[in-house]
Amino acid sequence: MPRHTLSVLVENKSGVLARVSALFSRRGFNIESLAVGPTENPDLSRMTIVADAESAPLEQITKQLNKLIEVIKIVELDGGAAVRRELLLIKVRAPLADRSQVLQTAELFRARVIDVNTDTVTLEATGTPEKLRALVDVLTPLGIKEMAQSGTVALGRGPRSMSGAGTLRPVERSA
Amino acid sequence: MSTTAHAGRTAAATGPSAVQPAAPAPGAGPEPATPTSTTESAAAATLGVETTARSMAEAAAEPRTGITGAQSLVRSLEAVGVDVVFGIPGGAILPLYDPLFDSDIRHVLVRHEQGAGHAATGYAQATGRVGVCMATSGPGATNLVTPLADAYMDSVPVVAITGQVSTGYIGTDAFQEADIRGITMPVTKHSFLVTSADEIPQRVAEAFHLASTGRPGPVLVDVPKDVLQATTDFSWPPRIDLPGYKPTTRPHGKQVREAATLIAGARQPVLYVGGGVLKAGASEELTELAELTGAPVVTTLMARGAFPDSHPLNLGMPGMHGNVTAVTALQKADLLITLGARFDDRVTGELSSFAPDAAVIHADIDPAEIGKNRRADVPIVGDAKATIAELVTAVRAEHAAGRTPDLAAWWEQLEDWRARYPLGYDWPEDGALSPQYVIERLGAIAGPDAIYASGVGQHQMWAAQFISYEKPGTWLNSGGLGTMGYAVPAAMGAKYGMPGTTVWAIDGDGCFQMTNQELATCAIEGIPIKVAVINNGNLGMVRQWQTLFYEGRYSNTHLNTHGGKPGSAKQVRIPDFVTLAQALGCVGLRCESKDDVDAVIEQAMAITDAPVVIDFIVGSDAQVWPMVAAGASNDAILAARDVRPVFGDGQI
Repeated sequence: MPRHTLSVLVENKSGVLARVSALFSRRGFNIESLAVGPTENPDLSRMTIVADAESAPLEQITKQLNKLIEVIKIVELDGGAAVRRELLLIKVRAPLADRSQVLQTAELFRARVIDVNTDTVTLEATGTPEKLRALVDVLTPLGIKEMAQSGTVALGRGPRSMSGAGTLRPVERSA
Repeated sequence: MSTTAHAGRTAAATGPSAVQPAAPAPGAGPEPATPTSTTESAAAATLGVETTARSMAEAAAEPRTGITGAQSLVRSLEAVGVDVVFGIPGGAILPLYDPLFDSDIRHVLVRHEQGAGHAATGYAQATGRVGVCMATSGPGATNLVTPLADAYMDSVPVVAITGQVSTGYIGTDAFQEADIRGITMPVTKHSFLVTSADEIPQRVAEAFHLASTGRPGPVLVDVPKDVLQATTDFSWPPRIDLPGYKPTTRPHGKQVREAATLIAGARQPVLYVGGGVLKAGASEELTELAELTGAPVVTTLMARGAFPDSHPLNLGMPGMHGNVTAVTALQKADLLITLGARFDDRVTGELSSFAPDAAVIHADIDPAEIGKNRRADVPIVGDAKATIAELVTAVRAEHAAGRTPDLAAWWEQLEDWRARYPLGYDWPEDGALSPQYVIERLGAIAGPDAIYASGVGQHQMWAAQFISYEKPGTWLNSGGLGTMGYAVPAAMGAKYGMPGTTVWAIDGDGCFQMTNQELATCAIEGIPIKVAVINNGNLGMVRQWQTLFYEGRYSNTHLNTHGGKPGSAKQVRIPDFVTLAQALGCVGLRCESKDDVDAVIEQAMAITDAPVVIDFIVGSDAQVWPMVAAGASNDAILAARDVRPVFGDGQI
């Protein structure tokens, strides 16, 4: 199924995340990843939702999301018209003998070392989901102790933004 | 003589104000107190008589600063024009009930919160205004969940005010705590948890705005006890701050013109009319459009009354129990002009074979309904009233340009089906009373000015089929959720809102046992509704399906309201609805034969000062026909059991 990235501006109020996630489960839509954070406007939060759906169900998803009173605007950030990133923190087994290999891999992927001790090294990496998957694949034989990965965050390319002048075109209007 | 009046009459007949004070003090008397000063109302309160009103001057003179959150909430409700609230007090909402006692808002004390919710719904459906219900935290609030879900499915403007435990207790599993905002999220249009007393006017204004605009629906306002007790200032009107809520009401001109072009080119069009037309108050516009185009009209279960049944263009109700002509017209149409309807599965049957050759114009105020079930060729987002009015103008322009379609062949076909497959019913072979006859006579005697509120099941379908609805707001039922128990409390709410109108609840013996306690409310509060219990001794609709699809294995559908099962020693009716009605302060009547039907209905019509219940003992085996089996194609409609219509074109 095609993967779609929806950028959703919502009011920064309690319960909004619950409404959005409940809507997805109630209508039988599948969330691949979801990231929520503040925006340049303290009254608004931005949710970046990655969902697997054919285009007709995707239209239903956006229409139903738009019906939520606290949803301000939805933009689909598709393909090359957007930049998308995830953050990965990964703790790898790195005894002295293997340490240089870990550090070399980190350098190749432009990951930063953020914690180190006699047994492990913790790396911080950002990138597209594909790049981070590749990093994990390379590190797996060395022994991954644990990892934490964020959902995708994304912004449209070019000078336009979701709020303010010269805005991106919303997907649908609410009822 | 099977029609009998009973003794409860005298007590109930003393009228609306005949609330017997628990312990009336000497001189208190049975008169309703309408005190004009707080001193009097306080005096009345100590006498055990309900206070109901106070002067507007007094309200204006009340302080705006340094009042409690509860006072602010009551004044907010007054400011949005609430005249009645249906509810039950309890611990968490107690602070609100104190200032409510002095308000000119009437509070109707129901016997179960579900009754409060359906009463608010019935009030809203009959009057078009927002219905208001109220409950305390925990179980009080959870009892509102069913009516809120019901109002959500049928898009009814309702505001529910619930008490909540104090903010410091939220999340601690405190006594009578329930996360009612979380619980009702999927069944409300929106919900608020008020966290500060200063927010109260704004939240109330927003709740009423949300409930009544766009696609209407229920809104819940949950208010913790300490917020009700906090000190605040009141100012009105508050700012409404809903940046994400901008319903589209004006239809897009280009879409309307495209729709008009399709209408002008169609040879077999059908106006498929749903509840949205009633919500928008667009009946006049609809009549104009129908007469202009000459297209046949079908009115769904939620739209009965949106277009007069007596109008020659009205084919009646489509759907699972719709009539053959209405169902088949949709199937054979080349164009569906869909107005405020949502292609519900009970209308479409098997979706893939529904109206296979029809292009679809779909006008709805909710964009999420368009394309949800059936792809629309011309989608129109907008209010039905504005949309239909613009369609009329656009179709006129088509006609002026010489594009006036000839529908004569289509009407010839429709009239043939009408003549061959009229709605009808057979009398039970065992000589029992026919339920359809009872409902038909009720509609004929009470007439098109009365309001009919129905429960859910066979009696609901017969009431939709055999009563002629001529006016908007005269047919109230639970269409989407199918809530048994809807009828009595909804009739109560409707009667409160339309006191000059006769209101009949048409209920089944199963449904009636779910909410008949509200008859006590009706008797005490002076809300003289009339109830026709279509008592077939069974959960009739379920029994019908057991007959048709489960080889007559009647698992758990016998209710004993005709007496015990055949062969059982206990042949007594449990409950006896006549004595039950009397116990609840109503007049109880019974009718068991055809000859008595008119007389007993007329007897009930003559009683205007007390609620009346008629127990119509009808045959157990009557079935609702026509029928499209669940999940089957509408093409497989059966006009009657084992009677498949033949449409004469090689197709069925």
